[in-house]
Amino acid sequence: MKRFAPLMLIVVVMGLAGLAQSALNDYYQRVLSVIAINIILAVSLNLTNGYSGDFSLGHAAFMAIGAYASAILTLPARAKAVAMPDLPPWLAQAELPFIVAALVGAGLAALVAFLVGIPVLRLRGHYLAVATLGLMVIVQVVALNWQPVTRGARGISGLPPFTTPLWAYGWMLVAVAVIWRIVHSPLGRAMMAVREDELAAACRGVSVFRTRLLAFVCGALFASIAGALWAHLITAITPSSFSFLITFNVVAMVVIGGAGSISGSVIGAVLMTLLPELLRRVETTLAIGGQPLYGLSQIVIALMMLAVMLFRPQGLMGRRELPDVLGGRVGAQRAPSPAPAEAAGEA
Amino acid sequence: MLSVQDLHVYYGRIHALKGISLQVSAGEIVALIGSNGAGKTTTLTTLSGLLRPREGRILFEGHDLTHLPAHQIVRLGVVHCPEGRQVFARLSVIENLRLAAAHRADRDGVARDLERVYALFPILAERRGQYAGTLSGGEQQMLAIGRALMSRPRLLLLDEPSLGLAPMVVETIFRVIEALRRDGVTILLVEQNAYQALRLADRAYVMETGYIKASGPARALADDPAVKAAYLGG
Amino acid sequence: MLTPAYIAQQFINALNMGSIYALVAIGLTVVYGILRLINFAHGDMMTLGAYLGLAVLTALALPAWAALLIPMLVVGALGVLIERLAYRPLRGAPEVAMLITSLAISSLIQNGATMTLTAQPRPVRLPAELTQRVDVLGVNFAVMDVVIVGLAVALMIALTLFVQRTTLGIAMRACSENVRVTQLMGVDVNRVIAVAFAISAGLAAVAGVLWSGKFGLVDPFTGFVPGLKAFVAAVIGGIGNIPGAMLGGYLLGFAEVFFVAFTPPEVSGYRDAFVFVLLLVVLLVRPTGLLGAREVNRA
Ligand SMILES: Nc1ncnc2c1ncn2[C@@H]1O[C@H](COP(=O)(O)OP(=O)(O)O)[C@@H](O)[C@H]1O
Ligand SMILES: [Mg+2]
Repeated sequence: MKRFAPLMLIVVVMGLAGLAQSALNDYYQRVLSVIAINIILAVSLNLTNGYSGDFSLGHAAFMAIGAYASAILTLPARAKAVAMPDLPPWLAQAELPFIVAALVGAGLAALVAFLVGIPVLRLRGHYLAVATLGLMVIVQVVALNWQPVTRGARGISGLPPFTTPLWAYGWMLVAVAVIWRIVHSPLGRAMMAVREDELAAACRGVSVFRTRLLAFVCGALFASIAGALWAHLITAITPSSFSFLITFNVVAMVVIGGAGSISGSVIGAVLMTLLPELLRRVETTLAIGGQPLYGLSQIVIALMMLAVMLFRPQGLMGRRELPDVLGGRVGAQRAPSPAPAEAAGEA
Repeated sequence: MLSVQDLHVYYGRIHALKGISLQVSAGEIVALIGSNGAGKTTTLTTLSGLLRPREGRILFEGHDLTHLPAHQIVRLGVVHCPEGRQVFARLSVIENLRLAAAHRADRDGVARDLERVYALFPILAERRGQYAGTLSGGEQQMLAIGRALMSRPRLLLLDEPSLGLAPMVVETIFRVIEALRRDGVTILLVEQNAYQALRLADRAYVMETGYIKASGPARALADDPAVKAAYLGG
Repeated sequence: MLTPAYIAQQFINALNMGSIYALVAIGLTVVYGILRLINFAHGDMMTLGAYLGLAVLTALALPAWAALLIPMLVVGALGVLIERLAYRPLRGAPEVAMLITSLAISSLIQNGATMTLTAQPRPVRLPAELTQRVDVLGVNFAVMDVVIVGLAVALMIALTLFVQRTTLGIAMRACSENVRVTQLMGVDVNRVIAVAFAISAGLAAVAGVLWSGKFGLVDPFTGFVPGLKAFVAAVIGGIGNIPGAMLGGYLLGFAEVFFVAFTPPEVSGYRDAFVFVLLLVVLLVRPTGLLGAREVNRA
């Protein structure tokens, strides 16, 4: 029974996604796809921010890399000849299948993460926060200025609408499965050991730097996939599509769901997708003095984050997983939480 | 003067103090000895308010210190000179001293205490403008003690003042401790150098793995065969 | 194109930007030094200062000095309030908790401003005596340029005196070395931290007023990118180190302005990227910054 649970989960999720794809209208299909994309983003960000203890804010940057790569590689050559006449020939001719384009983008994002991670991860984890935010600015600026390839501020539109619920949930299952495996492997335990006590981990022979770098690169890889899915869902991208707002919202999903819990990230992603979706209607219908309340949904998210940090800093799930909570024993043995070395009760 | 009742202190899940009780009377030097990791530093850190006990009470001259913020404990006259000197390396000597007196209103008293510190440790007067980080280990320990004196202690908590110092400097430090006693400062002295500590102290407590194992007049403890065997090298 | 007058003008421009970055970087470094908090809401204090300054000039129609003083005091007080409500309860929690909180506060301010004031940029019109242009030896600049540099330098001198001479200043430096031991000196650390936040937010507010005055606009996101760049300045100078933040601010100002001034237009668009590449280079080559000696690698 326990062995087949993951398999059943896959069958059920893909079955429902297929059903949604054939039965639901466009709007609901989109919302469902966005949920899957956000789950990929949250679960992958959790790898650094939750498991290895390095706080990355670079998800929007890696999304942008994935989105632009996939957009440029899949756009029909005819369209490119018109929209991007100055493209180098090998790019202008490329018409790759969606999955290949997404993978190329993922490789690119992983490479960038590797190159950025080397200088930054030498330092304390929270330097990564600013450096990755800087990376987001760099990527945005490049997207804005590299006219021949990105079309600058005009962005790239008319992308093939490849992203369906089946694609989105397929990738989501891949992301969750891979990250679940990582977290429950020796590598994952190494990440958590590093998070708890870097020095002790190093003493036990964990290569601290390599472990943190791997977590960061892996997170970037899936962020890029999510970016590709996003691009082909919305079918138009501009540099400002990948702003700090997106990073912030993904951080909110991880924090509210519980950094250090994969099911927490999934729950956080679902909540943080549906809530703003509902609030967005409020923003435009509820108006003070005839002025729509733009920003309201973000304010609610920010307040939720503040409340979580004050009253439940471990988030909804803490470091537990859904099976631990529901099934008790089954998952409990696998729950990957080493004894937390709590800080001494300071004054 | 100081009465500690049944103190329990934890670091996360580590139970570091398992019911410590001790008394210090005005004018005494009380030594707290025990091997590394026994809980001596933890005891002092709890007394000065940087750690909070999960159980137990700390009374000082009728004030309950158990939940008082650390800076108010200092202002009542319980001054902690921490293990490992911990002077502010990027403040000058004089700034280190001034900082410790910053909460005092009696300017004349502060000036007099500064003179006294300089008299006890003339080298500090010479180096007053230097960064504390540039001082030698012995000089830093002198500064740490001088700094504690600037807070005008009535009860001084001294944590391993002789640790890692050259014998000459150790001599100086112990002479100063005696001088302080003559000035009426009460001292709770933590030392691994149990021999020296017992020679100087009126009474002593012996700690082991979070418990008080023995207590009594310092002389008696120094002659106790068990204590001798464990802490005085035979 | 590279006439002496052009270079001199760029020099003045760089001094301007550097002054503002320095003011913002000081606030980041002071707070980081004590709490190890990378305050992502710091740039938003600039934004609030800029809006307040605008309100003082237009709605209240007060003179220009009031448009500096009032934001400094009000936003300084707000900084203290935020520390009290949002950061103090998190003391002793993992460092990242405060960082996340600062992100949330940043979002709260940006979206609060969007909701109440709209995202439309608002023009900031300075009094005529400030926009008046002066010509000295062929170098043309506005009175405002002089005001920015003069005010920033004056504030930095005042801050330096405060930190070097007063006991509260000594206590601040002591805290940035070791908060626990500072408490053993009888210092009320909460008061020191409150003062640090007041200084930090107050200086950011002044910087925000100057920034919006220089560029003539304010919107809900005005301070965000300058706030991030000021962090780069603080890291260049050595984070936690106040003179380092000043130095880093000016270095960044010069690097950025001269990058734009001396590169062709296709390249100068990359200016923000250039700044953050600079950050990566500094982190790679000298992570402690120019004046920061401590906090080598991870503490
Ligand atoms: N910051 C800390 N975190 C966890 N355990 C600690 C900490 N400080 C001390 N301990 C533990 O508490 C016990 C008592 O330590 P301590 O009071 O420093 O002993 P002593 O000063 O007698 O050498 C030791 O077992 C030590 O390992
Ligand atoms: Mg000790």
